[in-house]
Amino acid sequence: MSEEQLARLREILAAHQPKRGSLIPILQDVQAALGYLPEAAMSHIARHTGVSASQVYGVAGFFAQFHLKPRGRKIVSVCKGTACHVQGATRVMERLEEHLGVKEGETTPDGEYTLESVACVGCCALAPCVVVNNDEVHGRLDPRAAAAILARGE
Amino acid sequence: MTTRRLLVSRGTCCVSAGADRVAEALEAELGKIGLREVPVKRVGCPGFSQIDPVVIVEPEGLLYAGVRPEDAPELARSLTPGGQPVDRLFYRHDGQAVPRFADIPYYRRQERILLKNCGAVNPESIEDYLEVGGYAALRKALTGLTPAEVVEEVKRSGLRGLGGAGFATGRKWESCLRAQGEHKFVICNGDEGDPGAFVDRSLLEGDPHSVIEGMAIAGHAVGARTGYIYVRAEYPLAVRRLRIAIEQARESGFLGDSVLGTGFAFNIHLFQGAGAFVCGESTALTQSIEGYRGMPRPLPRPRTTEAGLHASPTVLNNVKTFAAVRWIINEGAAWFAARGTARSKGTALFSLTGKVANCGLIEVPMGMTLREVVCDIGGGVPGGKPIKAIQTGGPSGGCLPASLLDTPVDFDTLVAIGSMMGSGGMVVMDEDTCMVDIARYFMEFCKKESCGQCSLCRLGTVQMLSTLTAITEGRGTDRDIDLLLELSEAVAGGSICGLGQSAPNPVLSTIRYFREEYEAHIHERTCPARVCKALISYYISPERCVGCGLCSKECPVDAIRGERRQVHVIDQDRCTRCGVCVNACPERFAAVERLPGRAPAGR
Repeated sequence: MSEEQLARLREILAAHQPKRGSLIPILQDVQAALGYLPEAAMSHIARHTGVSASQVYGVAGFFAQFHLKPRGRKIVSVCKGTACHVQGATRVMERLEEHLGVKEGETTPDGEYTLESVACVGCCALAPCVVVNNDEVHGRLDPRAAAAILARGE
Repeated sequence: MTTRRLLVSRGTCCVSAGADRVAEALEAELGKIGLREVPVKRVGCPGFSQIDPVVIVEPEGLLYAGVRPEDAPELARSLTPGGQPVDRLFYRHDGQAVPRFADIPYYRRQERILLKNCGAVNPESIEDYLEVGGYAALRKALTGLTPAEVVEEVKRSGLRGLGGAGFATGRKWESCLRAQGEHKFVICNGDEGDPGAFVDRSLLEGDPHSVIEGMAIAGHAVGARTGYIYVRAEYPLAVRRLRIAIEQARESGFLGDSVLGTGFAFNIHLFQGAGAFVCGESTALTQSIEGYRGMPRPLPRPRTTEAGLHASPTVLNNVKTFAAVRWIINEGAAWFAARGTARSKGTALFSLTGKVANCGLIEVPMGMTLREVVCDIGGGVPGGKPIKAIQTGGPSGGCLPASLLDTPVDFDTLVAIGSMMGSGGMVVMDEDTCMVDIARYFMEFCKKESCGQCSLCRLGTVQMLSTLTAITEGRGTDRDIDLLLELSEAVAGGSICGLGQSAPNPVLSTIRYFREEYEAHIHERTCPARVCKALISYYISPERCVGCGLCSKECPVDAIRGERRQVHVIDQDRCTRCGVCVNACPERFAAVERLPGRAPAGR
């Protein structure tokens, strides 16, 4: 970890009480700040919360939200909710895989995009939809329109 | 008289549809034409997602549908003296404009109680909530009712847990009230993980204070001082609104060390889930708050009401259940119980989605039939196509055939016919939805979300998924259906929590009601719904193809051949059945057809 990352990590740890119940909120904050959970960060978190490093890793590995590898600057999540599924989400995913040249769960070699799926974002009336960076929902897509979102550089 | 104002809906779905830009454009336009005093109020989603974003004009109650920022000047001018309503933006039913919000058929058949404030109040303003009687129930409970009286009232209302299982809320509270413990907890389960459900999200985004009020009343009833709201991390807007609402409630004395000066202490913490469906199960949820992997506690285990979070007595209810509490306290148990059926009281909330004309969030009295919900409110399948199936209860529920459309919707009836109420997802499916693919889809979800603790869930879901995948890929065998039935029994019987126990439901219900579709995949190697890629083919109709060449240009595997202005042909050996050609073919020709079964090579 860089000095800068370490400083951010220390700030986050200082903001949380040193107890086991802080573990998930800390992991969430660290991931939000650094984009993923570096191995080195997990040993610091272990010391702060009094939980063994293996258990920190166990919790981080259990939840879908946590990532142990660096991710792209833009996270493209294809919604795989039921409504999206019946309206053609699979074809949207295939088209994006083809467009970015990576498979679901992978990051482009230039570190720009990570392509993922999300269980459901609850915008079922806009199915099928794609979310960029967990916040920006693009709905009523067909495979071509989905690829166009990325082409626009959004 | 209500003063003139504009309401712009701002749920996640509305914002995605451009609601913020519409609100800003309206404000700018109103300023330009000297109507700066007309407020543009941001409200939660009124629930008719299909026509988002909507603008409601008060006091007339006019609703403008699918408004875009470019429409702002015309809308603003309509408010000037002598201005005419903007007819082209009215919602249309069978071609007829329906100007007033209250007259829209989608709303007329509903009974919106829990959703009353969604779309009417600004969820980021506690003043708005107070204006519609907010926190009166909390005041009444704290100053006029003992904990036992509150519990009794909730018991008499017949309220059952609206998170899916339908356990009697009053009995749960009573058990927690009687339990001994220095600390007790109230937890609101907002970990709405069912794909296809967005009821809790809309409530938290549209009316967060009603949930906070319900939790504080629960705290008083059971003797808890601390509450947690557990929200899915995938709901960033709900998290933001809750943060604001909790802070406002604290500042106004509805939360804190002496709520309303009564000496009753109650504080609420927000906990964001980290992405695990199984955390909707109560013991898995409390485990994850404690900083452990979200795995259900092994059996035998004490009840959550006796030893839940930090081994203390805990009341855990769903978002909707807490939102119902203020109505019971304000209006009385009898008022609430007057709605619904003998054993399911009050209202049911659904997110109606899939192949349905009117997508959105609805609230109806328990006991309304599926037909009324899907056809009268939902408007049926777009284009008047027949309904094939209704899916309720998400991955724990089942697919019901159109022949059961006259079934009343309540907790017990749905279970009896092989589905369940669940968290409120209701997905409509038409002839283009493959039931085997849907079963495979839900099994993939359960396999991914299994915590891995029970062998039969961990391994059984893998085995069932591989069998279902084989069937959809044209590799099904004669014994697959029996194998699926056998595995279903094993997985349901060998799992300690609801995820595993109900994981086979989508498979069981589709085999029960749509067995012939499984058989078509297995014996005839065809997918009647034309979904499963290995069992369909694409074909260019020679009658409709004009030889424009767009399909062959877009085809990623170069499988389409044909001279310009000549009929094009798909090389079936090369075709990967990605379907790009269907989208590429201009709608006015619509020459590319999707056919069930594999076409003979070379066609």
